[in-house]
Amino acid sequence: MITIKNVTKTYAAKQGAVKAVDNVNIDINDGEIFGVIGYSGAGKSTLIRMLNGLEIPTDGSIKVAGREISHIKGANLRKARQEISMIFQHFNLLWSRTVIDNIAFPLEIAGVPKKKRMQRVKELISLVGLDGRENAYPSQLSGGQKQRVGIARALANNPKVLLCDEATSALDPQTTDSILELLVDINKRLGLTIVLITHEMHVIRKICHRVAVMEGGNIVETGPVLQVFKNPKQQITKKFVQQVTEPEETKDTIEHLLSGYPNGQVIQLTFVGDGAEQPLITNLIRQFPLTVNILQGKISQTQNGSYGTLFIHLDGEEKDIQKALEYISSQEVGVEVISNG
Amino acid sequence: MDDFLAEVKWDKLIEATQESIYMTTISVLATFILGMILGLLLFLTNKGSLWQNRPVNFVIAAFVNIFRSIPFIILIVLLIPFTKALVGSMLGANAALPALIIGAAPFYARMVEIALREIDKGVIEAAQSMGANHFQIIFKVLIPESLPALISGLTVTAISLVSFTAMAGVIGAGGLGHFAYLEGFQRNRPMVTLVATIAILILVFIIQLIGDYFTKRTDKR
Repeated sequence: MITIKNVTKTYAAKQGAVKAVDNVNIDINDGEIFGVIGYSGAGKSTLIRMLNGLEIPTDGSIKVAGREISHIKGANLRKARQEISMIFQHFNLLWSRTVIDNIAFPLEIAGVPKKKRMQRVKELISLVGLDGRENAYPSQLSGGQKQRVGIARALANNPKVLLCDEATSALDPQTTDSILELLVDINKRLGLTIVLITHEMHVIRKICHRVAVMEGGNIVETGPVLQVFKNPKQQITKKFVQQVTEPEETKDTIEHLLSGYPNGQVIQLTFVGDGAEQPLITNLIRQFPLTVNILQGKISQTQNGSYGTLFIHLDGEEKDIQKALEYISSQEVGVEVISNG
Repeated sequence: MDDFLAEVKWDKLIEATQESIYMTTISVLATFILGMILGLLLFLTNKGSLWQNRPVNFVIAAFVNIFRSIPFIILIVLLIPFTKALVGSMLGANAALPALIIGAAPFYARMVEIALREIDKGVIEAAQSMGANHFQIIFKVLIPESLPALISGLTVTAISLVSFTAMAGVIGAGGLGHFAYLEGFQRNRPMVTLVATIAILILVFIIQLIGDYFTKRTDKR
């Protein structure tokens, strides 16, 4: 659906040329939810804006839905943009128009006759769950409702691709989740390809199939979300993964635990996919003469399976502990010894 | 009091008021159209905007700044040859119109530009991302989204135009200014001047009320 090939974007700045995007290559499949994560200034915003021609790459080519976006202009570009919708962090609704008229706006642009327009708007309003708010102005809506209008507006012309530019960054966690669920629902129901950029790993974890990690204009790591969670290679990726797998206070807690359990070992277990659903601890206690103490744990759901971390404390004979660790490893569960008591 | 009021020639006052309303209405309409065009051009040719064009922007900005800076009374005098060529006379309400419009349109153009700059850039970008052409962006985004500011700007401009008409009246254009000067000041009838002033004030209040009403009604923020 989308092919990004050797794309570079350079800006002229006072201190010389700045490379916002540096030789990026990505292939995004039909019907996929693809996430790009990075801190601000990583170039992800520039990258997504090149997908609908709001920015023109300095070098390389971008193909979206069979069209060479990076090289078309004028009416052709405008036509192509009707198939590549975008939703925004700050919603960018027209405050002078009601919900209905905001959603009808892209249809007006596309020249859809009024009767058809109103019919389509009605469908969209129930699709995004805004029934009863049809005649409200944006100023009368909550953030989540505004983004629903944004999504309905983006879907109006039956696009093939939906670009999400930090679409949930201005929303509270609960509203974020409801918007993400809506996006997954749309992706499944309409088979829409979704590309999103974010700085929140939570968003990637929750809805993306694949993820690319961006730093300094480069894609430093890419792969299926679960795999990246399981085996993050770059330092920056590890940091992002920690955002969701470890509560902020984990480090302090572990240090506290280490001093609290001078004997035995504190172990971090990492469960991925099916591994997360086995009765591992039960088996451990039954098979080895060990004391098992559960310290802290968390399981996160991703689009391709679950991912979890568990901190346990094992106490007993040294050789039994070693055997237990071997057993755990054989169960496709990641093991990391935190301390050696 | 009655004696004083008897000095006022009511039929002349009504005629003068009508002339003032006529001059204000026509000049407001023309100022609106010309100011909108100039203001839109100023905004659109600015750096980073849709029709970014430095030379055009420079020329329009220079025109606007020059005509906005000339005191109105001097502008009337400077425009005498132009007005004579256009209207054929320097007397009467129509003769005041060119100076009124040329004096007020640049003023309004700046207000239009400021109003357009207040629009969130993201909204323009959203329209672009939907495939809107420039015409659609102007008429479906720029103008509707800045409407309250465009109306309140026009209200302010209309009120200055009322005072401009009074000034134009002094040099022969008719209207309430002419009436106050000729019938009141020159014949030493302060009551006439006062009544003419009240008539102008009423005119200004009505314009302000109408302007406020529409500004409020169009503002859904």
